[in-house]
Amino acid sequence: MDFDLNDEQRLLSESVNRFIADRYDFHAREAAMKQPEGFSREIWAQMAEMGLLGLPFAEADGGFGCGPVETMLVMEALGKGLVLEPYLATVVLAGGILRRVANEAQRAERVPAIITGDHVMALAHQEWPGPRHTTNRLMTRGVPVDGGWRLSGAKVAVIAGHAADELVVSAATPDGVGLFFVDPRADGIVRTTRAGYDGVRLADIAFADVHLKASALLGTAGGGGAVLDAVFEEANAALAAEAVGIMQDVLGMTADYLRTRTQFGVAIGSFQALQHRAVDMLMQVELSRSMAMLAAMSLDRPTGERRLHIAAVKAKIGQAGRFVGQQAVQLHGAIGLTNEYKIGHGFKRLTAIDALFGDSDHHLDMLAEAGGVPAIA
Amino acid sequence: MTMNLDFTDADRAFRQEVRDFLAEALPSDLRRKMVERRHLGKDDIVRWQRILNARGWAVPAWPVEWGGQPWTPTQRYIFQEEMALAHAPEGSPFNVNMIGPVIARFGTDEQKRRFLPRIANIDDWWCQGFSEPGAGSDLAALKTSAVRDGDDYVLNGQKIWTTQAQHADWMFALVRTDNSGRKQQGITFLLLEMRTPGITIRPIPSIDGIADLNEVFFDDVRVPVANRIGDEGRGWDYAKQLLGHERSGIARIGLSKERLSQLRHLEADLHERGILSDAERQRLRRRLAEVEVELRALELTQLRVVAADSHGGGANSAASILKVRGTELQQRMTELTLELAGPAGLPMPDHHHHDDRGADGWLEASAPFYFTMRKVSIFGGSNEIQKNIIAKTVLGL
Repeated sequence: MDFDLNDEQRLLSESVNRFIADRYDFHAREAAMKQPEGFSREIWAQMAEMGLLGLPFAEADGGFGCGPVETMLVMEALGKGLVLEPYLATVVLAGGILRRVANEAQRAERVPAIITGDHVMALAHQEWPGPRHTTNRLMTRGVPVDGGWRLSGAKVAVIAGHAADELVVSAATPDGVGLFFVDPRADGIVRTTRAGYDGVRLADIAFADVHLKASALLGTAGGGGAVLDAVFEEANAALAAEAVGIMQDVLGMTADYLRTRTQFGVAIGSFQALQHRAVDMLMQVELSRSMAMLAAMSLDRPTGERRLHIAAVKAKIGQAGRFVGQQAVQLHGAIGLTNEYKIGHGFKRLTAIDALFGDSDHHLDMLAEAGGVPAIA
Repeated sequence: MTMNLDFTDADRAFRQEVRDFLAEALPSDLRRKMVERRHLGKDDIVRWQRILNARGWAVPAWPVEWGGQPWTPTQRYIFQEEMALAHAPEGSPFNVNMIGPVIARFGTDEQKRRFLPRIANIDDWWCQGFSEPGAGSDLAALKTSAVRDGDDYVLNGQKIWTTQAQHADWMFALVRTDNSGRKQQGITFLLLEMRTPGITIRPIPSIDGIADLNEVFFDDVRVPVANRIGDEGRGWDYAKQLLGHERSGIARIGLSKERLSQLRHLEADLHERGILSDAERQRLRRRLAEVEVELRALELTQLRVVAADSHGGGANSAASILKVRGTELQQRMTELTLELAGPAGLPMPDHHHHDDRGADGWLEASAPFYFTMRKVSIFGGSNEIQKNIIAKTVLGL
């Protein structure tokens, strides 16, 4: 039982937090959002320079071989800045798939370029209409043809899909869910850039009889569902940490506001109704922090245990994030409603985090079905 | 080393040792009463405390020289969790968690020798004389006066909400010895024998059908100066340091786990017997999942505090939420049990005549337990007072 960081981890956390504090204030974020891709290539290059993009990749592939705790630390810091750059899409989601199923040649072609910031990747999985939180029952089809595959279907709200140099696309094959490398500039692909309410740029992507080489397949046709399940668990652990960073930031701003805003001739933080609301927020932040740690510590556990722990974490993070976001807006009053102030953006990102990879309800159903969360012993 | 969830081998072995002892030592009739949430009498609590004391585990958090154990915060946490999971009673909190540590820390050598061994064995049963009709959350407003007269103080006034004063041999009380300065000054910490002439006890029936609460009146009650803790006028400091002294068990994780596991058992049992429909069962399972998520988040938070304390700890904003969230969860469990009982939970238990209802023994305790557990968010500093403290100390409001 240990909740302490080791020296390297402490150093990592300090340096990412310093980077966010120095380089990613609200105005820098606004400027990044106005870039053609909706994020700053310059910041992305700096993140690469700091080694952040290589953290979870194996040393043999050119990475640092770090684990879930390091990802947690980075995501928490990125949350504080509401960072728009495609860390989740490239390093956690696509990277997670590469780490799990890509063969050596496939990794050698991509991982070094990801680490240097020269290869942005996105995972195209979500579909509409269709089931919201499953990894199977896909409508996008991957049909085996001579010497390769033919891909048809449509994906929605693909995070960083508009800027990706390469996609990983999930599709139903005759053997089950397959994952495919896809060049988004190939014939038959139409990408429509969309603006997410959380400031994160997305793409709807349609595939019309897109021809893929045999080497585009990741792992086995039919093995993709299990890979996605595992990668979404990692993504939920990462999102939990990001949410904690946001909540911490939002709480700090709210407490500052309560101390400085005066009405009726006194600081509004002197009113007990508002104090107690702020304390309720603080409690949710601390409980969420505990859960983000649980998520990071659960990822190397056996599948069943890990799955239920992560479900508990995501269920909690979704509810806590909603509460903290709503109350932060409420306690700021009208200022909470403007797009020109950071609070509203934190609220929106927390809202998006609940929606991604299974919301609170979805995970509570999963736990109700399973009849409990495994004990810690 | 990196962050991890695993207890050490030594901690696991310790857990097993505690578990084995409890399986062997806890009398089955006591366990049964605990499982069915029946009211424990004084004899029950004394009997169990003496069994623990014989093992050397009655007062583990005390200094070793007075019967404490050199346990780490993690071991103290494990001990409390295993006690709860085994349905062992907690012992008298007034003896074990309150007056014992105060005397051990602020008492004279004479007071320690005289009182501590008897406190640990409950040879003396203690009650707490803090609250007064005009001093609840604003405890420092207390008025019971103690006037020096030779080698005695003479007490006049009234305490209220005194839990189990009817059993008590002794009371530790905060009294006013000076009115001239700030209200927190001029408060003195006294130990008084309940048989002293001038003390009258009036029981207050409470909403769970038990009369464990009392009013205690003082009419020219003489208390020897030798029974004062520390200095005159510094009682507030002693009482304050007593709170927040032991952080490894505030959230009562073990109790809530045990109650959740009972609810899970009931959910399956009542469904199997056709009492819960499929839809009701599904709804209940969903609610239990929600409670379990909250419990897990609180458990991790409690473990973070325990781990911090193991490293020398210090202030930790996580600690401040344990009492508030812990009590809310305990109350939530009792609500769910009450809902399961439905109309069959209406009949009140007869404390003088216990009918054995077998597997349904929990039914008639469900309502009294629900009613009485409203107290946990009120006593020891109400949850609203806790939030005031957190707002001030952590958020700077």
